[in-house]
Amino acid sequence: MGSNVDKIFKALAAPERRLLLDRLHAGNGQTLGQLCEHMNMTRQAVTKHLKVLEDTTLVATVWRGREKLHYLNPMPIHEIAERWIGKYERGRLRVLAELKEKLEGETDGSI
Amino acid sequence: MAQSEFVYVTYIRTTPEKLWRALTEPEFTRQFWMGTTQDCAWTPGASWKLSFSDGRLADSGEVVEVEPPRKLVLKWQNHLFPDLTAEGYSRMTYELEPVGETVKLTVTHVMDKSESKFIKAVSGGWPIILSSLKSLLETGESIESTRRSPKGM
Repeated sequence: MGSNVDKIFKALAAPERRLLLDRLHAGNGQTLGQLCEHMNMTRQAVTKHLKVLEDTTLVATVWRGREKLHYLNPMPIHEIAERWIGKYERGRLRVLAELKEKLEGETDGSI
Repeated sequence: MAQSEFVYVTYIRTTPEKLWRALTEPEFTRQFWMGTTQDCAWTPGASWKLSFSDGRLADSGEVVEVEPPRKLVLKWQNHLFPDLTAEGYSRMTYELEPVGETVKLTVTHVMDKSESKFIKAVSGGWPIILSSLKSLLETGESIESTRRSPKGM
C-alpha cells in the first residue's frame, strides 16, 4: 500500500498527467485518439503518460469492441483523502471549496 | 455517444468468493453500504431492491446477468429523489477478477442519457461505499460513517 501511494504521488507530480486527468474529468471514457486531440504532445508521449496513470489505477480502461476507453478512476484519490481528512472536516472543506470556486469564478475550465 | 458513465476500480486483498458475499449478503452490506440491505434471489430476471434499515426503498431494478463470483449486471432505478427516478433505469456492472493476492473490483455505472443527474449523484457515493467495503474486507472494520443511512436521506 505504501509503495502504491508513492506511485500515485509520482504520477500526479507531472503536469501533463494532471492535464490528462482534467481532460477525463471533463469527458469520461475517451479513446487515445480523442485524448491526443488538442494536446500539445506526441501520441507516443500521451501513451507513455497514460501507461503511468493506468499502473496506479488513477485511470481505468475498458475495451468496447476494438476501442480502448479511458476513465478517470476516483478511488485512489479518495483513499488518499480518506487517510488525512476526517469525516467531520469533509463537510466544512466542501463548503469552503465551493465558496472559493464561486468567488474565483470558473478558472480551471473543468467545472 | 449520448450516455453518462463512470468506472471505479479498486484492488481488495480478499478472494472473489468473499467479495461476492460482501456485495450481496445483508450482514455485510449493512456495514459498508449506508446500512442498506438488498432483497434479491440473484437469478437472471429476478427483481432487486435496495432498502434502508427503516424499510424505505432507495433503489430497485432487476438482475440482467449473474455469474457468481465473477460478474453481476443490474438494471437500477433510484427512488429517493424524483428527478433521479425520472431518468429511468441505469445499468450497473460488478466485475471481479483475481490479481495475485487481491481481487480487482470494477464497478461500471451507465445511464443512456448525456449529463445524467443520476450518474452525477452515484459518482459521489460509490467511492465512499467501495472504500468502506475494502476496509471491511481487509481489516474487519468498515468506515464508521457508512454503517447507517446518511442524514437527510
